[in-house]
Amino acid sequence: MPREQIDLRCQVTHLSVLDEDGSFDEALAPEVSDDLLLHMHRSMLLARRFDERMLKLQRQGRIGTFAPVSGQEAAQVGAMAALTEKDWFVPSFREFAASIWRGLPLKQLLLYNAGYNEGGAVPDDAHDLPIAIPVATQIPHAVGLAYAAYYRDTGALAITFFGDGATSEGDFHEAINFAGVFAAPVIFLCQNNQWAISVPREHQTHSRTLAQKALAYSVPGIQADGNDVLAVLAATREAAERARNGDGPTMIECITYRLSVHTTADDPSKYRSDEEVEAWRRRDPIPRLQSHLKAQELLSDEEIDKLEQDIAAEIDDAWEQAQTEMHRLGSAEAMFEHHYAALPAYLRRQRDGLRRDRGQER
Amino acid sequence: MADSEAKGAPERTMAEALNLALTQEMEQDDSLVVLGEDVGVDGGVFRVTEGLLDKYGESRVMDTPLAEAAIVGVSVGMAAHGLKPVCEAQFSGFSYLAMHQLEAHAARLRWRSRGRFPVPMVVRMPYGGGVRALEHHSESKEAFFAHTPGLKVVIPSGPRNARALLLSAIRDPDPVIFMEPKRLYRAFREPVPDAPETIPIGESQSRRDGDDLTLVAYGAMLRPTLQAAEQLADADGVEAEVIDLLSISPLDDRRFSASARRTGRVVIVHEAQRSFGPGAEIIARLVEQSFWYLEAPVVRVTGYDVQVPYFAREADYLPDLERIVAGAREVLSHA
Repeated sequence: MPREQIDLRCQVTHLSVLDEDGSFDEALAPEVSDDLLLHMHRSMLLARRFDERMLKLQRQGRIGTFAPVSGQEAAQVGAMAALTEKDWFVPSFREFAASIWRGLPLKQLLLYNAGYNEGGAVPDDAHDLPIAIPVATQIPHAVGLAYAAYYRDTGALAITFFGDGATSEGDFHEAINFAGVFAAPVIFLCQNNQWAISVPREHQTHSRTLAQKALAYSVPGIQADGNDVLAVLAATREAAERARNGDGPTMIECITYRLSVHTTADDPSKYRSDEEVEAWRRRDPIPRLQSHLKAQELLSDEEIDKLEQDIAAEIDDAWEQAQTEMHRLGSAEAMFEHHYAALPAYLRRQRDGLRRDRGQER
Repeated sequence: MADSEAKGAPERTMAEALNLALTQEMEQDDSLVVLGEDVGVDGGVFRVTEGLLDKYGESRVMDTPLAEAAIVGVSVGMAAHGLKPVCEAQFSGFSYLAMHQLEAHAARLRWRSRGRFPVPMVVRMPYGGGVRALEHHSESKEAFFAHTPGLKVVIPSGPRNARALLLSAIRDPDPVIFMEPKRLYRAFREPVPDAPETIPIGESQSRRDGDDLTLVAYGAMLRPTLQAAEQLADADGVEAEVIDLLSISPLDDRRFSASARRTGRVVIVHEAQRSFGPGAEIIARLVEQSFWYLEAPVVRVTGYDVQVPYFAREADYLPDLERIVAGAREVLSHA
């Protein structure tokens, strides 16, 4: 009868290992080999330079609209580095750094952004879903993959990436609740990059943190400095261990920032100040990691220069390959492929009609 | 809406004309509110709602959370209370996240409440191809909405009729899906008078006279269809009547049926997929109403029954001048 307090013990912790001033907390640092550190650094740098090249290609009209990843490399690479290739990767549309970590050829990303469906092809052995554009709609798929992996006892988990805006969508809430009910081995990785196109984080939701939204479903939610690759790695490892132990899902809110445009069709000067962007540039995840690697004597300026050259050459080569591929892929008939396991008769007729109409083409 | 009235009127793009309709109606009707993703500070990703936030404030121009179902569902509630929400789906490809609110509630609340709760709302959505966009940003699924009793569906083909149709949609007592052909936002300007004008929903317009052939089109397909009519006149000596549907639902079957009875030959042009598309319904009405007048099988020049391919092959998906002329010649080839 009386009014009693229910002790929910709702807590959100914030994890930071390596901050922008170079402070490094050894006690919180995940165990990480030199090779892994260097590999994470290379992937992050490659993602950044690739992003910059794509922006140039887009401005030259060589590729189409895309969503740059700059600023979010640590959130993506740190998370993926905590997982295995057997784990399922369920991206939204800004996860190029994570895709690069997974080994998706740059050529493939270029083809996608040049408007060829072939760019979306997923290699047969990859446990990756293709890009999903409608916000939050991919999140339930990760729960399904995770549940199936559990049902088939593969030992794999699933991770899905989404942004701050996605936490306002029904699909996010339905998926995380579902995962909680069925203890699905899934990690909900939110990249809170502060902006959903023009809508700032504070206006997106009245919630003080995004991580606390998981707590409503009694799913653990943690915040990590998303520009600190070591914090993201540590948080994701913890979530992965929970999932693999049968203790269900976790949500990780990575605090990060979209340094570039929402997409190349967007003009951020309409809604945010240069000062804000500059303040976040000082927290850029890549120089932060480089300072740490130099302090640890794992990387020298000369090695960074060499790496930059290798990366530039790798991107040049990918663009060459992509252009060759585009010439090879000229035919319009490809639009009929992959709708069904077998092409129905009415579609075959339409394809043949197109072939007749475009008889002059190869 | 005679052309003479527009002489000397300011030349406006379709985006500007839509903005004019919203501004003028917000000025004179305080029940009108605008809501959607990025419609306020950003002025909409196509700048259709630019300036509205500054003029009318946050209580009437709402930058919403990323929540399509809530944008439409909240609009239904507002409408039930007597407001006139004009909400925006940023791209039609994202409107499906609100489909249950449209089908289960916007379309049914008047019906379910036996007239107590009409839903006078407008859902604006950029649709259609031709701007080299990403997946989900190029499709034409007007049939989804037209198939739903209780919803009206309108599609303008240029700045002046866009403004007039939007005004009609806002003043309509029922929910209207207002689909904006995104490649026309800034494609051309035409005189749009300052004085408000409307077009009755459910009425098509004839854009060109002709007795030999009937061409039916709407949205971004109107211009290549008019070009095709000129080419057919010049090269083949064939005069085509061109009908701009403007409303997909209710469908104005009287005008195209009357034309078909005169010409006996009909071509329908739309960028939506062919099967179960608006063209299929037009043909059904023609067969029902004018079967004995048809002199040749009706031809559809449409998108193929595939997902709109990524933009490298988009032009091969979309009907163009060449395909429309070829379709017309096919209809004319029957003796």
